Amino acid sequence: MTDTAKILLEVKDLKMHFPVNKSLFSKKQFVKAVDGVSFEIREGETLGLVGESGCGKSSLGRTVVKMYEPTSGEILFDGKDVTSLRGAELKQFRKDAQLIFQDPYASLDPRMTVGEIIKEPMVIHGLYASDAEREQRVVELLQIVGLKPDHIRRYPHEFSGGQRQRISIARTLALEPKFIVCDEPISALDVSIQAQIINLLKKIQQETGIAYLFVAHDLSVVKHISNRIAVMYLGHIVEIGSSNDIYCSPKHPYSIALLSAVPIPDSVEGKRKVRIPLHGEVPSPLNPPEGCPFCTRCPHADDRCRKERPQLHEVAGRQVACFKVTE
Amino acid sequence: MTDTKKTQFVLTDDLFEKLHEDEKNNEFIAVSSKTYLQDAWHSFRKNRLAMVSLVFLAVMVLLAIFVPIFSPYTYDGQDLNARNALPSLAHWLGTDKFGRDIFVRIMCGARISLSVGFAAAFINLVIGVVYGGICGYFGGKLDMILMRIADIIYAIPSMLYVIMVMLVFGSNIFSVLLAISVSGWIGMARQVRTQVMSLKEREFAQAALVMGASHNRILYKHLIINCIGPIIVNTTLMVPNAIFTEAFLAFVGIGISIPQASWGTMANEARALLQNYPIQMLWPVLAISLTMLSLNFIGDGLNEALDPKKR
Repeated sequence: MTDTAKILLEVKDLKMHFPVNKSLFSKKQFVKAVDGVSFEIREGETLGLVGESGCGKSSLGRTVVKMYEPTSGEILFDGKDVTSLRGAELKQFRKDAQLIFQDPYASLDPRMTVGEIIKEPMVIHGLYASDAEREQRVVELLQIVGLKPDHIRRYPHEFSGGQRQRISIARTLALEPKFIVCDEPISALDVSIQAQIINLLKKIQQETGIAYLFVAHDLSVVKHISNRIAVMYLGHIVEIGSSNDIYCSPKHPYSIALLSAVPIPDSVEGKRKVRIPLHGEVPSPLNPPEGCPFCTRCPHADDRCRKERPQLHEVAGRQVACFKVTE
Repeated sequence: MTDTKKTQFVLTDDLFEKLHEDEKNNEFIAVSSKTYLQDAWHSFRKNRLAMVSLVFLAVMVLLAIFVPIFSPYTYDGQDLNARNALPSLAHWLGTDKFGRDIFVRIMCGARISLSVGFAAAFINLVIGVVYGGICGYFGGKLDMILMRIADIIYAIPSMLYVIMVMLVFGSNIFSVLLAISVSGWIGMARQVRTQVMSLKEREFAQAALVMGASHNRILYKHLIINCIGPIIVNTTLMVPNAIFTEAFLAFVGIGISIPQASWGTMANEARALLQNYPIQMLWPVLAISLTMLSLNFIGDGLNEALDPKKR
């Protein structure tokens, strides 16, 4: 996507802290799942969000669609701040921004038929005049996602994982949203099915111009589907840029280490590749380091990194949050 | 050996015929679709004990409705010439010390017992599901306050409520019902609360939230519906509890007042004649225990049928 497309979603310094340890007598603590994140997504664009488990990428995705109430920061959708929306305005936002869940086994209500599941968002938002029209739309949606119209009376447990993820995609498409957060939509699926779902998502984007925030930990898949990639570590975005730049020449020490861990099947290239091991553990998000979030494991860290928090700055066509990367 | 003549089977395209697009039968699911309740009924039917109990209960309900209507005797009609009669063709289960027909009285008692049982279960079902659903769904301080209130109600012995209610409203079927319902719903509320608390973290409930569904819709269309199994089982097991409580209250003399027949009052009256006419005691006791047993068996059967893990 070109830079000229309109900015659809702009996130400014978003923080999402979850309270833990709710006992009466101890001090309240917070898991800083998302701690000051800013990025924007343009219309029809896909932003891939990668990072290891527990780095806050799912929390970020879910906060952006307002599944949680953000602790602070702004989410501008279509130029309007949606962080404090209530009632009818919130409902309108819910129609425009949707979420596809990771686990297709848990995200469909087991007591509803496929038809009821896909029809539900239309009923909630009062789309279409009659039930017959909704039914017709359900059949259309089933065909779009590659299922058969006669699947409409069946229950989710009668389908395979890939088929269920298709049902789940059909449900999100029912509202004709402008923006979908895909929260690891393929990580619960078989590899051959993963490709089908990815291609389906790409096809839908080409036809409707939906923007995606694609959360995943599989880097090759993210590169395949994304226009841009953001790398997250411990609640922060450490590097964000076009997917080619990030994938082929990462700059941030964490991105370099993360990408060096991607297995490459080709043997010649595989041998040439140097894996950069990281030592130590990810610090607890309850008590993150004061300076750079990565300073405890970074091979280049010095005193400044431990005291000051680096901000994202422009380097070689992408943004990096690291003092050591200057060109 | 002539290896030149070795026949090799070559696959060529003309050996194959292309299937028409409509004939492709990809990912066909052969088993016909069944709803959850159809499935449950299917496995319930296989439980013989539960089925026998269900039939017994159905017969009991039908008899309770029709016997008092079509019988020549009434529950309070005395026949002093036929006191303490043994079972005969005229009086199938004999008569009591006033010559009243025991069969008719048992059936009148069944009307009271069964209606108290089912009505109490229904009241507890409604209150328990709504209360527990709200506590589990909204959680936090509201849940804390509501559940402590429930704890307090539960902590007071139910006999105290019963005596208080009887004092204020007198001995009739409604005060029995009220007395049973004051604290009867709490078990149900607790169970629904725990279920709802765990279900609301499931992704389908969160998906409904992101879709823009109202709290009401999420709670009743998604969460409560998904714990329907334990709710039905709990309700079924509440019926015998209520029946037993009613019989007990009548037996100790603070329930339904005489001459109305209830299984408890009948047992109480037969107690005085236990040494001379023990058979009069047999009938109400048999009625109480068989009904309670069958309801418990039905509850167990439902428990198995509705729990997907036990299928």
